[in-house]
Amino acid sequence: MNGTEVVFALLSVVAVGSAVLAMTCRQLVHAALWLVVTLGAVAGCFVLMTAEFVAWVQVLVYVGSVVVLVIFALMLTRQGAGTTAEVTGNRWIAAVLGLVAAVGLGATMIAGFGGQRIEGRRIGTAASIGEALFTDWVLPFEILSGVLLAALVGAIVIARSGSNR
Amino acid sequence: MSLLYPLLLSSALFGIGLYGVLARRNAVLMLLGVELMLNAVNLNLVAFDAWFADALHTGQVLTLFTIALAASEIGLGLAIVLALFRAVRTVDVDEVGR
Repeated sequence: MNGTEVVFALLSVVAVGSAVLAMTCRQLVHAALWLVVTLGAVAGCFVLMTAEFVAWVQVLVYVGSVVVLVIFALMLTRQGAGTTAEVTGNRWIAAVLGLVAAVGLGATMIAGFGGQRIEGRRIGTAASIGEALFTDWVLPFEILSGVLLAALVGAIVIARSGSNR
Repeated sequence: MSLLYPLLLSSALFGIGLYGVLARRNAVLMLLGVELMLNAVNLNLVAFDAWFADALHTGQVLTLFTIALAASEIGLGLAIVLALFRAVRTVDVDEVGR
């Protein structure tokens, strides 16, 4: 176990712990803030896997905008103080299903990729990712911009639909 | 670094996200569970990209696409949740289903 693996294991513990807190915390805003910790730890994992550009995009898009959007939505849909319990009645079925999914996926990964190692031969810098994005992947990239525009227009239309009655 | 570390972390995050989607009553926090599952997928993509040392950087470029799609998904999802809140004055999925 070398230094990279130690740091990765520490970040994994942080990510898993804060993810559990984000999914079980009773305070809604606290749940969103715990998710920030999870996403930040995952961004650190990206850096350790030589994907530095993806890590910065993760910090910018997820931590910077998605969580802010979620907190706005939580505040706009705030109900009275006397709200009921935060989890549904089928939480034990959900816990079993989540555990089965995690253990099943983990066992598959161990069986399939047990001895493999990441060498880090191709670093994902902004230059190399940008070159790949704008030469080999330019058509999917342009289609994705259309998808984003459609989602933006759709979100505005849906969010405004009930307000002018 | 061993490839198993990111793969096992991604499995754990996926399971936690699945639990969140199934167990949370607040519709906004259900969407947070979806985001967590998408992040687990991103971790897998980056891990296999680094392992494969792909000349096209397929995994990392697909991760950027997934991040953009997740952003548009959460935008649309929150718009739907806001419309739902305006219609029935609650975002509790149990009460909405009733």
